[in-house]
Amino acid sequence: MSAVLTVDNLRTHFFTKAGVVKAVDDVSFSIERGKILGLVGESGSGKSMTGYSIMGLIDAPGRIVEGRIVLNGQDITSLPMDQWRKLRGNRVAMIFQDPMMTLNPVLRIDTQMIEAVLAHHDISKAAARDRCRAALVQVGIPSPDERLASYPHQFSGGMRQRVAIAIALLNKPDVIIADEPTTALDVTIQGQILFEMQKLCRESGTALIWITHDLSVVAGLADEVAVMYAGKIVENGHVSAVLDKPLHPYTKGLLESVPSRNVKGTPLKQIPGMTPSLLSIGNGCAFRERCGYRSGECEVAPPISHPYPDRGVRCVHPQA
Amino acid sequence: MLAYTIRRLFQSGFVLVVMSLLVFAGVYAIGNPIELLVNPQADEVEKLRATVALGLDKPLYEQYIVFLKGAVTGDLGKSFVFGTPALTLILSKLPATLELAFCALFIAVCLGIPLGLYAGLKPDGVIGRSIMAGSIVGFSLPTFWVGLVLIMFFSVHLGWLPSNGRGETVSVLGLQVSFLTWDGLTHLFMPAFNLALLKLSLLIRLTRAGTREALLQDYVKFARAKGLPAGRVIGVHVLKNIMIPIVTVIGLEFGGLIAFSIITETIFAWPGSGKLLIDSINQLDRPVIVSYLMVIVFVFIVINFVVDMVYSVLDPRVRLGGGAGGGH
Ligand SMILES: Nc1ncnc2c1ncn2[C@@H]1O[C@H](COP(=O)(O)OP(=O)(O)OP(=O)(O)O)[C@@H](O)[C@H]1O
Ligand code: SF4
Ligand SMILES: [Mg+2]
Repeated sequence: MSAVLTVDNLRTHFFTKAGVVKAVDDVSFSIERGKILGLVGESGSGKSMTGYSIMGLIDAPGRIVEGRIVLNGQDITSLPMDQWRKLRGNRVAMIFQDPMMTLNPVLRIDTQMIEAVLAHHDISKAAARDRCRAALVQVGIPSPDERLASYPHQFSGGMRQRVAIAIALLNKPDVIIADEPTTALDVTIQGQILFEMQKLCRESGTALIWITHDLSVVAGLADEVAVMYAGKIVENGHVSAVLDKPLHPYTKGLLESVPSRNVKGTPLKQIPGMTPSLLSIGNGCAFRERCGYRSGECEVAPPISHPYPDRGVRCVHPQA
Repeated sequence: MLAYTIRRLFQSGFVLVVMSLLVFAGVYAIGNPIELLVNPQADEVEKLRATVALGLDKPLYEQYIVFLKGAVTGDLGKSFVFGTPALTLILSKLPATLELAFCALFIAVCLGIPLGLYAGLKPDGVIGRSIMAGSIVGFSLPTFWVGLVLIMFFSVHLGWLPSNGRGETVSVLGLQVSFLTWDGLTHLFMPAFNLALLKLSLLIRLTRAGTREALLQDYVKFARAKGLPAGRVIGVHVLKNIMIPIVTVIGLEFGGLIAFSIITETIFAWPGSGKLLIDSINQLDRPVIVSYLMVIVFVFIVINFVVDMVYSVLDPRVRLGGGAGGGH
């Protein structure tokens, strides 16, 4: 099966006064129709910026400096801005982390939904409204007509996120990028939304990129996983393979610090040290300051290697 | 909504009474007007007669009660100088002031919001920076000085615009207005711009700050992620949010425009109520001073009320009563 979205050697850099911040630095992955990719990494590792890059939403001082983003066989990185806009929310949609902030507080839900349809389709307002109503039903919102006439503050956090998901689904996109959409919600709602998103994507054939810092979420949800560290993907592969047998010391550390995977009573392990500043990594492996397997070879940035078919790891001493 | 309106009306009435008390006491403290009113050659007997005639011989609280009794029937006393009812005098001058203030507001809003928006969208561009620099200048220059410079340049040097008066007026709904005649407009332009300058600068800064803040919000990014054209993101999503503080400030500042018009009216000899107030203070014409301040307080109350109404239209979160039910 061919990939619906392929990201190739993507580099997105921010040109700040303090120096060049390489927020996304040589990221490659691809995703097929109806599949779910978990993009995992700690805060500041460049997950959101990868998503924004695909959406064409990187603002100054940031810029995509290299790489290709291929959507349905079309390289969109070279598209002029107004054509990229036509894909945004149409072929590729994005959902953000905080549902309290993503809906405009002073506009009614119908305004915010209908405009998303009309931005891409030349149909009547009534037809657009029908589509919005259907999308609300799809994400499990009762009495959609009443809801359409409401303002965001009349919804709970979980409901607002469902509305945001409905908006993302409106134009039946090929890819949805979900940027930690359940982090701000409580656990039961999180579970429901995860389950429903999974179902919706499987049914509609939409590919889903699920951004999270929580490996345990990825375990039950995704097909593939890519682990990001300091702007680079350090490990990727099929979920079960990566979780069973992490190759990269960072992935290993992450897994050992997930509570549910540990034997009761044994203290949780933690990755020592802190995420390095993206300005002070220098040459060499970005993880070296915190890595227990480090050696002299780590002073040169390790390339991606493929110890197994369909697996990639960016480490000179992959664990087995 | 009705209950709210009634409560507001009561509060407003209370504010009016308290203000009248303060104003009355304050004006009483300025000095005895009788020295200015009677002929300097007049003897004590004549002075006493005048004092009694104006009711100035009574103690303050009695004067206040007389004033209050009149006030409830709409009679705020007679001008010591003109002998005509003070309120009538002020109301005859008020349209000129209101016209000036509204025109100034119009200029400030029509220039300030677009300029501020532009400066907020392109804060680092040459034009964006120039707009900001201009607003700082507009902020720091004293009104009277700008007024004099305007007159020097446009009236004296270029001879394009007249420097004083209202020019030709036409009657609209019984009110004399200048802005509908060409001559009136030429008279109106300089004082209105002079009065607007401070508010224009304020609105530019406010709009710019609001725009910059809104642009960082997730809802703007989400609106862009939906693929909306930039015009809609800015014209609807950004603008509708920043209008909330802007409308509030416009409302509050409109009162200030009327108050500041005193300076502008004096410079451009604009025959409005501000000029009347200055003349009345010079002559210690107490009823006119008191009436003027009462009218201003009343205007402020009305403005605040209107602002609250507009505010609740703009911001659904403060909308009183009503609204669809459901989650919270
Ligand atoms: N405008 C900017 N100027 C400079 N650096 C920036 C800018 N925006 C983002 N960055 C940098 O890009 C890096 C990646 O940020 P990103 O938001 O993608 O992280 P993330 O993985 O999504 O983290 P989180 O889990 O906190 O959302 C961060 O280190 C941040 O410092
Ligand atoms: S390359 Fe070296 S420092 Fe980096 S993760 Fe591998 S072993 Fe550790
Ligand atoms: Mg993020």
